[in-house]
Amino acid sequence: MAKPQLMQGNQACAVGALAAGVKFFAGYPITPSTEVAEILAEMLPKFGGKFIQMEDEIASMGAVCGAALTGVKAITATSGPGFSLKQELIGYAAMAEIPCVIVNVQRLGPSTGKPTSPAQGDVMQARWGSHGDRGVIALSPTSVRETFDITVKAFNFAEKFRTPVILLLDEVIGHMRETVELPESGEVEVIDRKRPSGPPEDYQAYKPDADGVAPMADFGEGYYYHVTGLVHDYKGMPSQNNALTTELIDRLHTKIERARDEITIYHEDYTDDADVLVVAYGGTTRAAIAAVKEARAQGVKAGLLTLVTIWPFPGEIVAKAAQKAKKVIVPELNYGQLVGEIERYVPREKVVSLTRYDGELFRPEEILNPIITAGGGK
Amino acid sequence: MAGIEKYLRQSALPHIWCPGCGNGILLAAILRAVDKLGLDQKKTVVVSGIGCSSRASGYMNFNTVHTAHGRALTFATGIKLAKPELNVIVLTGDGDATAIGGNHFIHAARRNVDITTVIFNNSIYGMTGGQYSPLTPMDAKATTAPFGHIERSFDIAALAIAAGATYVARGTAFHAQLLTDLVVKGIENKGFSVIDAITQCPISYGRKNKMGSAADMLAWQRDHAVMAQAVAKMSPEDLQGKFVIGELYRTVAPEYTAEYDKLIARVEKKGGK
Repeated sequence: MAKPQLMQGNQACAVGALAAGVKFFAGYPITPSTEVAEILAEMLPKFGGKFIQMEDEIASMGAVCGAALTGVKAITATSGPGFSLKQELIGYAAMAEIPCVIVNVQRLGPSTGKPTSPAQGDVMQARWGSHGDRGVIALSPTSVRETFDITVKAFNFAEKFRTPVILLLDEVIGHMRETVELPESGEVEVIDRKRPSGPPEDYQAYKPDADGVAPMADFGEGYYYHVTGLVHDYKGMPSQNNALTTELIDRLHTKIERARDEITIYHEDYTDDADVLVVAYGGTTRAAIAAVKEARAQGVKAGLLTLVTIWPFPGEIVAKAAQKAKKVIVPELNYGQLVGEIERYVPREKVVSLTRYDGELFRPEEILNPIITAGGGK
Repeated sequence: MAGIEKYLRQSALPHIWCPGCGNGILLAAILRAVDKLGLDQKKTVVVSGIGCSSRASGYMNFNTVHTAHGRALTFATGIKLAKPELNVIVLTGDGDATAIGGNHFIHAARRNVDITTVIFNNSIYGMTGGQYSPLTPMDAKATTAPFGHIERSFDIAALAIAAGATYVARGTAFHAQLLTDLVVKGIENKGFSVIDAITQCPISYGRKNKMGSAADMLAWQRDHAVMAQAVAKMSPEDLQGKFVIGELYRTVAPEYTAEYDKLIARVEKKGGK
């Protein structure tokens, strides 16, 4: 472990990206994500990497895709409005199976909303923001230290599954400062994409191995292949074939679904005997754990399930944790986005949705009071 | 075709372009330029946008990227910056490059990133069925300009020069040999190069504007093009209704990826890791 240091969430994200081996950043300034860009602008050239501030959000996503095709690990950072602009090319990266990481430090929306206020309003945008459908990996850390770890994970998942991975921070996590002890570089598990080893003339860039993922050649190595957002065959060539279309779209889902256990990251606090279960994610977990502890002190058996992996939605984990609970309380800094998913796995009559969308955080007592009520207290 | 077969993905042919389309002529002219320069096939990347023009990348046996509409230059910028040793060629259409991709076009020029961009300029959105583009001339007809187009069109060359491109040229499908020479010079230029390549779309543009067959449209290119060297000797009246072809502009300016390499060297000298 390196010595303890005071660090901001956005900084932990940038440092985590470097630990994962990032060599390229392209972005467009937007609050509250800018520190990720500013830090990488300074750090990347020191590590042989490249930073570019593009002319807009779409261009940033295009540059990230282009850079990733040359074999480097690439990242962009944005916030809600910029995330919306990037959606077409996030879908492109999914279809063309380009590994990359998109950081979205969420702010209150819709539209320009409140640029410096925390929110968790992009949960569904992360899942369904780009047209069509496909498997999605979206992760939401709960602390500065976890932001470091989850950023590394985001790159590992991107590389392993050849897919864009979305890091859903919220403004609280992005701007909060905490003392952290980060691992030394050798202590971090870093995964690189599979690369082809056979003769270039046999290479099929989209022919999956048993794990549903094809090896990916770096541009410039002599493995010629075509990259397109059109439905394509194993060589990447456009195709109108219906069976091939179904197979491709299926694979964009199943390569992620089949790895669900590996991708699912969650924490449980006091859930074993919980009568009242709180399910939270991101910055909201911090008020939630305070509320759960206070509820316990007041004699209500409360527990907290923290979802770090938001997509693919860990429904089985939620169902299992909620099984014994009388009530499941879901606080979110939005109008109620993830609660809908939870209701697919937990009987609706058990679920209590807490929402806040004024740009302020939940205070612990706002979660505590419903816990006490649900637990039969006063 | 001699000498350029190896640059074609034979399995991807025949192409999808309409009979009489000039895009095949432009594609061959570009491949002849690649061959003439003896570019390392492995180190050459072709990036395109969306539309008729941008299907060209699929027929070319390199690392090729068919991106989203208007975004070819953004991908190309990422590719070139991440791996500057690659030769990056962008193929795009007039709508792709100057409407939806217009902002990327001027910024790629401003950065002077070492990319050669060939704009397949047929004055129309061909693939979506003949809607007007920023290069559709005033008064011309398009499916979205049924009463004649009332917008002025861009001069791609002037736009590129103003934005900072360091090599700007114009060719046509009729002047295919000249086009090859212009692309050669564009690739040789260490910076952002733009070749406005005028081509015929007999189906979506020509038919609507009563321009005759593909051969008639090629003859139109021949009759309305004036070589850049000849312009000085011509009066404004002579130049009325004509367009200039050949090398239009060349200058030297700092190239983006080389500047970034210098930045890395500066950082290292200062004791960065």
